[in-house]
Amino acid sequence: MTTLTIRRSVLPGFRLTLGVSLTFIVLLLLIPVAALVVKGSSQSVSAFWASISSPRALAAFRVSLLASAAAATINTALGLATAWVLERHRFAGRGLLDMLIDVPFALPTSVAGITLATLYGPNGMIGRILAPLGIRVAYAPAGIVVALIFVTVPFAVRTLQPVIRDLDPEVEDAAESLGSSRLTTFLRVTLPELRPAILTAFTLSFARAIGEYGSVIFIAGNMPMRTETIPLLIMIHLDQFDYATATAIALAYLVAALLLLTIVQSMQWRRR
Amino acid sequence: MWTSVNRCPVTGSPGRPVSRPGDVVTRGPGNRAELFFARIVDSIGRLLLIGALVLVASALSAAELLNVSYDPTRELYQEINSEFARAWMRAHRESVVVKMSHGGSGKQARSVIDGLPADVVTLALGYDIDAIARAGLLPATWQSRLPFHSAPYTSTIVFVVRKGNPKGIRDWDDLGRPGLSVITPNPKTSGGARWNYLAAWGWAKRRYGSDARAMEFVSRVFRNVPLLDTGARGATTTFVERGIGDVYIAWENEALLVTRTIAPGRFQIVMPSESILAEPPVAIVDSVVRQHGTSAIVRAYVEFLYSPMGQRIAAKHFFRPRDSGATAGLPPTFAPVKLFTLEEMFGSWSAAHAAHFANGGSFDRIMAAHR
Repeated sequence: MTTLTIRRSVLPGFRLTLGVSLTFIVLLLLIPVAALVVKGSSQSVSAFWASISSPRALAAFRVSLLASAAAATINTALGLATAWVLERHRFAGRGLLDMLIDVPFALPTSVAGITLATLYGPNGMIGRILAPLGIRVAYAPAGIVVALIFVTVPFAVRTLQPVIRDLDPEVEDAAESLGSSRLTTFLRVTLPELRPAILTAFTLSFARAIGEYGSVIFIAGNMPMRTETIPLLIMIHLDQFDYATATAIALAYLVAALLLLTIVQSMQWRRR
Repeated sequence: MWTSVNRCPVTGSPGRPVSRPGDVVTRGPGNRAELFFARIVDSIGRLLLIGALVLVASALSAAELLNVSYDPTRELYQEINSEFARAWMRAHRESVVVKMSHGGSGKQARSVIDGLPADVVTLALGYDIDAIARAGLLPATWQSRLPFHSAPYTSTIVFVVRKGNPKGIRDWDDLGRPGLSVITPNPKTSGGARWNYLAAWGWAKRRYGSDARAMEFVSRVFRNVPLLDTGARGATTTFVERGIGDVYIAWENEALLVTRTIAPGRFQIVMPSESILAEPPVAIVDSVVRQHGTSAIVRAYVEFLYSPMGQRIAAKHFFRPRDSGATAGLPPTFAPVKLFTLEEMFGSWSAAHAAHFANGGSFDRIMAAHR
């Protein structure tokens, strides 16, 4: 009886919740994006092309997309290892590690950027060790990747954790009892199960990384052609009251990002 | 009528006796707690009432201004605002609160254009106020409405080096030496950085005789720049706190703040043979002031900047006052330096912007060649 009443009380909310979520999505998502598209496409094609194909903009596209892809890749691999160790093993400090994963969510990204720039700068705790080896992290493209990994860690770990938790270890035991090696078991049994979650982890990390501004500007060095990212370039054009170029670059960036995300997602569909 | 000894509900010790007409108090554990909560509610109510009264009173008597400014003026306007409020109170028996907003000059101008209700703007360069004028918030002739091209104080561009000047930097041409590390913010985002850039260009043009040679020199300087902070304060942090760079091209006021206040004894200032006269202008935003009805007080605020007291505060915070008498009694601060103006070297801010900082300007060309 109780279950019935609970079910009934949930169902009639459909129209209300749909109405609320539609209003919410239209006001906060659709209208701003539509405004960007309208404003970006209201200029002439040649002006639009000139804005997005200047050497400086092209260099920034390259820096932003490559750094985001690198960060998302590294993060997916390390995130898988972290999620695995958190879900499959019990060890001292596991709760603390689990909690630490969420820190990048809570920390203002500018604080993260300043901290990383201090640590990895030529005189910083870590930078001082790397400098004699000829490795530059802060104020170099590597610095951008480090900052992006920092802000996207929770996206990978938190996406993979519940999926790993739901994996049945008995399937792996069965594979092993049938003579499969540990590596084969992982590659042929475990990994296919995790594949969709891994792709989602990559997608989320990548999507988060391409939009990141706050932490990156502190560690990137912001040199045009070398370490200038698209979000910074957009800000720079806005600061110069050059709204047309800013919206053109933003629109092209949005399209490029959506295209890349669609490609990654389609890898998932094909397998199904 | 009962009179009860009010006991503290936690310790049970006797508290202040309560006897109020109309209170009927019977002994019992429940009532004691009730009375306690009634007193809490009562005091919360009183606090709310006082808060409301304060709010109403302040809304009635305190005028409020918003001054939208650029990065390194925080300390200056903190003192200007409190002294202005005191002066206004003495003259008009009315309290005034001046609120501040600080940030990169271009970004601040954009906020004002986008609706930040600034009664007055005090920015790093005229170009940014021109942009506000183009948006229709104040007349295009704003710069001629106040004395000295609307710049009540000036500054210039100098070098900060580490103590003892280990790299032996004496003038602009030293900054182009290979192997040196030069800190300057991004001229695309920082007003101060634009003054730095134009100072270097202007010096080189006078020294070498042509724009082409000047560009070559500025290009050599930027080869030595390892990173570009977005604002002057960020660049100060990079040079002072992170210890990056051999020389920092800076506002004179920021340089003096570093060597005298932030990190005395660790750095020293090098005056170049020639530099630019930087005139950070101020302007009343007419359309906002009309809406707020604050015209009299805003005019007084701006005039205060030109008054002997305003000039003295500017000098105290390392901005060069227009009134040379304002530095009397202060420790010697402003070293003599030959200055050229933006107008004589570049014509106007719009011309300088188009030639150097707009898309495809000299800065873009220099950076593209550095790939």
